[in-house]
Amino acid sequence: MIEGVSIYEILTLSTLIFFIGVFGFFTRKNLIAMLMSIELILNSAAFNFVIVNKYLYPEQLDGGIFSLFIIAIAAAETALALAIIINLYRLVMSLNTDKLETLKN
Amino acid sequence: MNWNTFLLMRHEIVLAITILILLLADIFTDDKKKVNIIAIVLFAIHTVIGLLPLETGTLFGEMFVTTPLIAAFKNILNIGVLLILLISSSWVNAKMLPLKKVGEFYVLIIASLLGMFYMISSGHFIMLYIGLELATLPVAALASYDVFSRKSSEAGIKLILSAALSSGILLFGISIMYAISGSLYFSQMAGEFGYSYLSILGLIMIFSGMAFKISLVPFHFWTADVYEGAPTPVASFLSVISKGAAVFMLMILLFKVFPDMKWVWTYLLYGIAILTMFVGNLFALRQQNLQRFLAFSSVAQAGFIMMGLLSADQLAVSAVIYFIAIYVLSNIVIFGAVQMIGLASDKWNIDDYNGLYRTNPKISLALMIGLFSLAGIPPIAGFFGKFFLYVVAASQEYYWLIFIAVVNVTISLYYYLLVIRAAFLRKSDNPIPHFTSDIFAKIGIGVASAILLGLGIYSPFYDYINSISNIF
Repeated sequence: MIEGVSIYEILTLSTLIFFIGVFGFFTRKNLIAMLMSIELILNSAAFNFVIVNKYLYPEQLDGGIFSLFIIAIAAAETALALAIIINLYRLVMSLNTDKLETLKN
Repeated sequence: MNWNTFLLMRHEIVLAITILILLLADIFTDDKKKVNIIAIVLFAIHTVIGLLPLETGTLFGEMFVTTPLIAAFKNILNIGVLLILLISSSWVNAKMLPLKKVGEFYVLIIASLLGMFYMISSGHFIMLYIGLELATLPVAALASYDVFSRKSSEAGIKLILSAALSSGILLFGISIMYAISGSLYFSQMAGEFGYSYLSILGLIMIFSGMAFKISLVPFHFWTADVYEGAPTPVASFLSVISKGAAVFMLMILLFKVFPDMKWVWTYLLYGIAILTMFVGNLFALRQQNLQRFLAFSSVAQAGFIMMGLLSADQLAVSAVIYFIAIYVLSNIVIFGAVQMIGLASDKWNIDDYNGLYRTNPKISLALMIGLFSLAGIPPIAGFFGKFFLYVVAASQEYYWLIFIAVVNVTISLYYYLLVIRAAFLRKSDNPIPHFTSDIFAKIGIGVASAILLGLGIYSPFYDYINSISNIF
């Protein structure tokens, strides 16, 4: 609990972060920027879990534990995505999605 | 503590041991061809052990749940993966042996299957999330497996980015549901939601997270690109095993965790089923590349499956499981045939198949059985799968939906027949030359087509599924 901050304000913040992430994912053309947007989305979800746990159900631990798992798995995901991005960069010498795309309808 | 209760996780334990043995075998054998055979033999043993009966029970304070239905579904997935491994052994020998990556291929595929097992027997959302990620990450690594091919890397990055986005949306939905119900256990969350805007938002977010994995229509953009770019065995794994497990998980979530929101998700499913069928079919019509063609056909099939989820009772469960089992086998046969032809001649377009029957009659017949099964031609099992889905929709009196589905079956019949016409009726000056494949691939495709033909006539399989699906 933070003094003077209600759950409405703090949930608005986490929802904003979530939608900034979704917006960034669909508008960015750079693969690393897309990865950063995904991190925003995942972190907003982890944030949400901690807030809900702390404000609404302070006697539980579920939300906090869940956010730890989210952080750990997000790291694994990012590592794999970065490995693929490095390989792609070696092949194409670019990270711009317009230049990368060869598979299309 | 009674250690026997851990045997409820028998599928997972045997699978984990298989992975460990394979890792060791990969280190200590010099002849990598042996690893191939070891992997297939070990997985066959695992499949046979999986068929032994398993009790109902829970582990780790209800985090892990197993019922006869879940065990039966795991067996269906096991048989599917075994057939894929059999069919793809020649591909592994041809492409992975020179790179010395045979062991990795099997370890990644089996690790992904392990994730799916944990996902479908989860009783808690943390378990679901970990299982889902364990199921997805190895497949992304597999899709970008051919490190020297630009297409393969592109498929990998598309898969991992869309999977990460979908799990982010799923997590946000779960956090909303946690705020409403105060628990993350499926059994405690059931019936806690009712009528509020927040719960509808959470349901839609969780649904769209799963819809990415099943490639339902607003979320299907990655499907065709990934299937085309990824190596064929991986595309085949992704289209049958991943999709089947995700559908099963969605079914558990909708029927078990959100039964009181049925009025929301029936509207969702109704709309998405219609959209998915039409978009999948209309895009499949204009494809030349077979892997892209199969990708859109699998999108359309996912639309049919959604039709079976509409009624939330025993009928729906058994119809969906039966359809998935048939769909897994038919798609494995088609992907297997495409892969063998592609490996032998490096030809991937429908027009290249002109005159195939004259040079390679057996594989054309297998291809025909698989395509007829997907299209739903009566003597073959696929017809019955579709029929039971119609029965589910009819039991809820959604006659318009059935009408639209029948229109879509007609469209799909047209494009499936295009492939068959190319293989059987068209003539070509230089058809694909005659080729022979190794014994494993022959067994795999032969067994899968035989089961497809047999299940159309042999009904006790459906009765068996129907008898165990009263668990929900």
